Parts: sequence; structure tokens; C-alpha cells
Amino acid sequence: MEKQTLSYRSVTENPCKMCMPMGGILAFKGVERSMVLLHGSQGCSTYMRRHIAEHFNEPIDVGSSSLNEKGTIYGGEKNLRQGLDNLIKVYNPSLIGVLTTCLAETIGEDIDRVASAYLQERGQEEFPIVTVSSPGYGGSEFEGYWMTLTRIVTKLAQKVEKHNKVNIIVPFISPADIRELKRILQLMKIEYTLLPDFSDTLDQPFARPYKRIPDGGTKLRDIARMSGAPGTIQLGVCVAEGISPGKYLEDTFGVPLYNLPIPMGIENTDRLVNVLQEFSGRATPKSLLQERGRLLDAMIDSHKYNFQGRSVIFGEPELVYAVTKTCLENGVFPVVVSSGSKNAKLPELLKAQLEQVPQQMHFLNGGDFAGILAKSEGANIAIGSSEGKYLSEKAGMPLVRIGFPIHDRVGGQRLLSVGYTGTAMFLDRITNTLLEHKLANYRHNVYEKFYPGTKTVTEG
Amino acid sequence: MSAKLAIEAREGSIRVKGKQKSQLQCDADSIAGAVSQRACVYSGARVVLNPITDAIHLVHGPIGCASYTWDIRGSLSSGSELFRNSFSTDLQEEDVIFGGEKKLARCIDELALKYKPSLMFVYSTCVVGVIGDDITAVCKQAEQKHQIKVVPVQSSGFAGNKSAGYRAACDALLQLIKSEGEPTAQSRKINYLGDFNLAGEAWIIRNYLREMGVELNATFTGDSSYASLRRAPAACLNIMQCAGSMTYLAQEMERVYNIPYMRVSFLGIEDTSRSLREIAAALNDKEISEKTERLIERETAEIRSLIEGYRVPLQGKKAAVFVGGGFKAVSLIKQFREVGMEVVMIGTQTGKQDDYDSMYSLACDGTVILDDANPSELERFILQQGADLLVGGVKERPLAYKLGISFIDHNHERKHPLSGFAGAVNFAQEVYSTLCSPVWNYV
Ligand code: SF4
Repeated sequence: MEKQTLSYRSVTENPCKMCMPMGGILAFKGVERSMVLLHGSQGCSTYMRRHIAEHFNEPIDVGSSSLNEKGTIYGGEKNLRQGLDNLIKVYNPSLIGVLTTCLAETIGEDIDRVASAYLQERGQEEFPIVTVSSPGYGGSEFEGYWMTLTRIVTKLAQKVEKHNKVNIIVPFISPADIRELKRILQLMKIEYTLLPDFSDTLDQPFARPYKRIPDGGTKLRDIARMSGAPGTIQLGVCVAEGISPGKYLEDTFGVPLYNLPIPMGIENTDRLVNVLQEFSGRATPKSLLQERGRLLDAMIDSHKYNFQGRSVIFGEPELVYAVTKTCLENGVFPVVVSSGSKNAKLPELLKAQLEQVPQQMHFLNGGDFAGILAKSEGANIAIGSSEGKYLSEKAGMPLVRIGFPIHDRVGGQRLLSVGYTGTAMFLDRITNTLLEHKLANYRHNVYEKFYPGTKTVTEG
Repeated sequence: MSAKLAIEAREGSIRVKGKQKSQLQCDADSIAGAVSQRACVYSGARVVLNPITDAIHLVHGPIGCASYTWDIRGSLSSGSELFRNSFSTDLQEEDVIFGGEKKLARCIDELALKYKPSLMFVYSTCVVGVIGDDITAVCKQAEQKHQIKVVPVQSSGFAGNKSAGYRAACDALLQLIKSEGEPTAQSRKINYLGDFNLAGEAWIIRNYLREMGVELNATFTGDSSYASLRRAPAACLNIMQCAGSMTYLAQEMERVYNIPYMRVSFLGIEDTSRSLREIAAALNDKEISEKTERLIERETAEIRSLIEGYRVPLQGKKAAVFVGGGFKAVSLIKQFREVGMEVVMIGTQTGKQDDYDSMYSLACDGTVILDDANPSELERFILQQGADLLVGGVKERPLAYKLGISFIDHNHERKHPLSGFAGAVNFAQEVYSTLCSPVWNYV
């Protein structure tokens, strides 16, 4: 493995990450009847809503305290209070998340104080307002997401009797992925609390009448009781301890933490299934073993095609790790692995894996697309969000879409990639993309290379 | 309106034609927590300047602002594709504490060396406005160092709304076209303001004008370049479509360069024909007028039967409209009538009172007119008014679909032109495709 060799560059050219409050919104979307208020200028919330709506094809209502010049000079308390008032009037939520943006943070807003004063004056101290300090310059959507989950758990979890519901804390995977995890949990007969559960809220069935706050999300009551769980399975091996909700539950309530990677690929899925088996105390059900067998079968069927693939993998660190692992298992060896935001854990995690790569591999920790492109020679498939279309355009690399945002195709919310079955589907998308590319070009390529005589005739 | 709104302060921004006066509250700050659909100053400025194709657009601020605006618009270019990149100074915590000027200067240096552009825009965002980076000074130094034009855009997100961003963009444009040498001699050519060449719309209009015998000088800013914009003072007339963003520029160009301006709209057959005629009349040239009539006759003859064909199934359907600016909204009322439909709800993010007056006088009785609406109001009035279709942007689309009604994309992301006669056909076709899709039989 080769470390980042680019000489230091200040400017970001075509970013591969977003800002913190974006991750915060997404995390809150998985909590029952919650609404979010971004404390800052109007634009941040509108841009993020637009981005999320485009991916999920769902209405995304997020409030803003719409700070203007006055608020910026004299403080935004009045706007924040009015924002809370109006959100409650129109939406009647059960929880409000207040996320700061760059502006509120730079002018030094104390959202904790305002929120508690607001509730006290109304005699509503019980109403949960979860505050998160999430300036855009403080980190990417990845840190925003995990920090928000930690804040939610910190706010809601209370000391309770031990019970048998296992905590499952998930990173930002697709709604279809969450539904698949739930199916596996059901198959293994495990009671659970899954946080955040945006499988319905960000992928609502069509139904009348329209509901402003969609049904679904993790129940507040269940979050409050996560402290009494027999254990936490957190799919977050790249998450720093300070923003790890699983770590918080372990330190504060003694709930044992099992930190696992996203179950993509055979090894990572085995790891999850093994831990689940520990909790259930039962043998893995036959149908799940069948699924595993089918995945193996698919891997064998496609292995020669896949071995032709040389990949560029980019996106959020957690997903990048899982995709890289899956690619390594199948011989789609990476040429570039790039985490959009700088991550402290990913280098170590990858190092252990990448010894097996037979060719040179570049790892960019916090790379932008200009950096990725510069290192991608020899790659023939890109794997990540729609932003990778830049690589397709510049280098003709076909793109397998996964992650967020997917804005130039439909169905980002329905992409299934976890578990044995999901891995097989993900792998098929890779293999088929390689095949499509090959079949579209081989006649021409072979003709160009071997057909006798043409060159001299046409060139003469 | 029957029942009261949940947010009382919003009452003043909503009117019912026939029941209330046309005067409504608009052009004001959004209300906190009202879930406004508006964007920020930076967004407004970027919309206007983005189509300048050979410029580097550098966003001075944290990463989000640049990330969410990377290549999201459908402006087409006949030349450089440089504008489709997203450049950012990606400010970090320490930059916010110690100031971002040095980093900005380094970023400009790197981009100037790598891309050798002749023009660079530096946009300020929220943070920059607060920490007080002097981007004007940094830009000036960079200009001297690299011998290129580096234009600061004062677009801090909190200093107003999208309209303030339009103004900031116009200021930047005025800086660009400021003639430094000899005053340019005026020609018979005209400038076209307020078309961003979405899906090639400015090209369609350029072709019409050419056929009329009118040459376009500069386009603000669809498919424009630094060189083409600098020629702007040489025009004898400015025609302006998107008045919301361009009025200030037109007024300033009239004041400084003596170029008169007139409003046009190329949405729908009626407005396209009228606008072309008015341009011909303004140029006061018999030959041009004759050619214009021939063009209109040929084009309308070609598409009349097509549009008539769509009219039959669309007759009597009701439309709701919520778009960015005023000119689109006003034209859409007429354009829907061309396909046999009535608008029953109409609003904009940043319309002005005169836009609302026009909407009011055109709309039929009972139409709900609203400024800076939010999702809950859109939902309420779409249902109350019995709309079959909504016109809007990316954020509004899923709401329409969840309400089980049709939708027309009238935003900057679209990939097919809606301008001119060709656009009128596209529009009718899109309305037909969304209203008459078989999927509605199942919901
Ligand atoms: S980077 Fe900051 S100002 Fe920009 S969108 Fe994100 S929170 Fe808003």
C-alpha cells in the first residue's frame, strides 16, 4: 500500500464529502416523530433538504432559524425561539433536534442554554430537544451523523432494568439495507432496538392522507431503554470514541459493545452473524446458511469477470471500508481507496487488508475527486456515490452507485448491499457493469488491435 | 382562505384573487421555523454567475456550501467546461479562528497555476462574513500577481436572501464589464439578460434572433465567457428575461452605458411571439419586423396542431405553481391556458410586488397567490384548490408525488428546454406525460 504522495494542496477540487449538519439531519430522520431545526442562515437547510430529497424522492421538511444580519450581530436567540415555536405549531413533533451551522457556531450561540430556558418558560422540561454543535467546518457529514446519534442517546437513555433487546446502531446505509438487517434479526429470533431507523421515514409507502411527519423511526421509549440492553452491536469500526454512541452506552451503563464493520462481503457478514448467534444462543437458521451458500456460488460464478475489475472506491469511511473488503474478497483489486473525510481509524484497518493487493494501491485519507482522478490510472470501475460521475466523464470509468447522494439515478433508497443476499446483489451490480463495459467495447478493441492492414490504408 | 394558518405571521403573504387586494407581503426575510423553500445569498449569486463557462468559481468557506452546489445545474456550454467544477477553500476550525485569507490566497495561486484561467470568482459564505476576511484585498493582490481578473462576490449567506445574492452577482458582473480603455462603439447588436442556457435555451433564442436579422452581443450569463461579457457595453439594447435577478444590472447598464432595456419572456407561444415582436419594434427596422412575422407564422403553424392535440386530454385540469422568480410564474399562467388548463394556486420564492400584481390580474377568481410558501402551505392549498399538478423544483417534487398529483420540473437542473416554440411543445408534452400517465389509475 502506498500512502498519499500528492504534494500538499490547499484547494479542494470537487469535494467527496459534505458538512456536519447534513449527517445530523440524516440521523434525526431515523427517530420517531422528530423534526430538525438548523440554527443558522436559511440556505444551509434548503441545500441539504434539496440534496436529501433528490436521493430519496421523499419530502424533507427541515426548519431553519433563518438568521439574518441582525441576528448575526445581536445574537440569534429570538430566531431560535421563534423557530422552535413554529415547528411545534405546524408539525407537533415528539422530539426536536437543533443543529448548529457554521454561522451560529461562529457567532458563538449557546443553543443548550436557549433550549432549556425555552422549555422551562413553557413548563415543558420533559420535551426532548436534542442539541448538537455541528458547524460545517467542524467535520464532515460522517462525524455529524455519529455525533448526533451520541447526543440523542445521551439525552434519552435512562437507567433501566436489564432487558433482552439488543442495541443495533447503524451507519448511514440505505433503507433497504436496514430492512434487510431487520429481516436477518427476525430470522435469528433476536429482539432489538435499531437506531436510527429511517427505513420507513426515508422510504415511505404511498398512502393517503399525506402525513407531514412520516410514520416510522426508532421509538423514543426504546432509545430511553437502550441502557438496559444485553449488548450493543454498532456497525461503526471507523467511528472515533468521542462520537460513538455504543461507547457511551458501555461507559455509562455498562452495556458491552461489539463494534463491527458493515456486513458486506462474506467475512464481514459472518462476523455479524456470529455475534448475533452469541446473543440468540441458537444455531444459525438453515435459510440464512442457504443464503450464504448462494453468495459463495455467485462469487465463484463471477470470479473471472471480477478479477478483470480494478476499482476506485470512495465515500464515507465506514462504507469505503466495507466496499473495499468486498472487492478484496472478489479480486476487484482497488487502485485507489479514498475516504472523503479524514479518518483516524481507516488507515490501520485497511493496512491489515491491503497486504494482499498484487498491484500498487493508493490510499487517500480525505481525498477530493481531482486527487482521486490523478491516481486512478489502470482502474476500470468506480464505486461510490453519484459524484463519481466525474470519474466517468473524465476517464471513461463506469460507476457503480452506492452510498449517498445518488441524484442522477432513481432508487438510491432501494439499493440493497448488506448481508449475504445484499452482498450478492451488490456484487452482481459490479460484475454486470464490468461485463456491460466489456461487451460494448470488445469488438471494436479487438478489431483495432488485430485486423490486418486497416491502419495503413486509412492512414495513407 | 377558510381556516387560519398555523403561523399567523404568514397570513399577510397569502392572497385570494377576487376576495382580497393584490397587495401582499413579499421581498421580506423568511420566518424562523417556517420551513421556507428559499436558499441563501451565496446560492443566488452562484445561480447567476455559474454559467460563465471559462471562469473558476471558487467558494471561500467550509466544504458544505461548495459540495451542495457542484454541477447541479443544466447550463450548457459551447466552449469551456471549467465552470462545472466545484472549487472550495474547505475552511477548517483553525481557519475560522485565525482567519482564512492566507489559505484563500494559496488556493487562488494553485488554481491560477493549474488552470491558467482568465477569470476567477471568489464567493464569500456565512463564516467569511463573520470572521471578516478581506476577500477584496486578497483578490486584488492575486490579480496583480497572476495578471488575471479575480472578482470577489460578496455573498455571505446571512446578509439577506437569494435576492441579495442576485444583487451581489450583478455587482460582480458590473466590475467585469467596466471598460478600462476606449469606450466601445455601440453597434446594432443586443444583449440578452437573464437566461442561463438551461438545456440550451439561450441557443434557441439566439437562433430566432439571428433569423430576424438581430445579432446577440453578450448573454448574461448563459454560455458566456469572460471575453463575451466584456463586449457587453457595445450593445444598443438589453432584453431581460429573468427580471428578479437582472433588473439591477439592466438599470446600471442603462445609467452607465446608456443602453435601454425591455422585459421579455420566452415561455409559451403567446409570450415568445409577443417578445419577438417587441424586440423588432424596439429596433424600429421594417425588414426585421417582416422577418419576425414570417418566423412567428412558420413556427406557430408547425406546432399549433401538436399543442391542439395535447389540449384535448388536458382541458379543464388545474395547476398549482411554486417557482423561484416572478417572470416564470406570470408566463406560466398564460402557458397553461394555451394547453387548456387553469392555474389555481401560484407563488414564488422571491417575487416582487409588481410580479404579484401581474399574477393577480391574470389569474382567475379564487386563485391562491402566495409568497415564500412552505411545504405545509403548499400541501394545504394544493388539496384545498383541487390541483391536479404542481410546477416546482427538486424539493417540491416529492411532495406533489406523495400527494398523488402530477409534477412539472421548472428548475435549473432540467435537461430539456422549455423556452421558445420548441420549449412550448416540450412543456405541453411534459404536462401530458405527467397528467395522463397510467400510474394514476392505481393510486
Ligand atoms: S458548510 Fe456551513 S454554511 Fe455551508 S452549508 Fe454547511 S453548515 Fe451551511
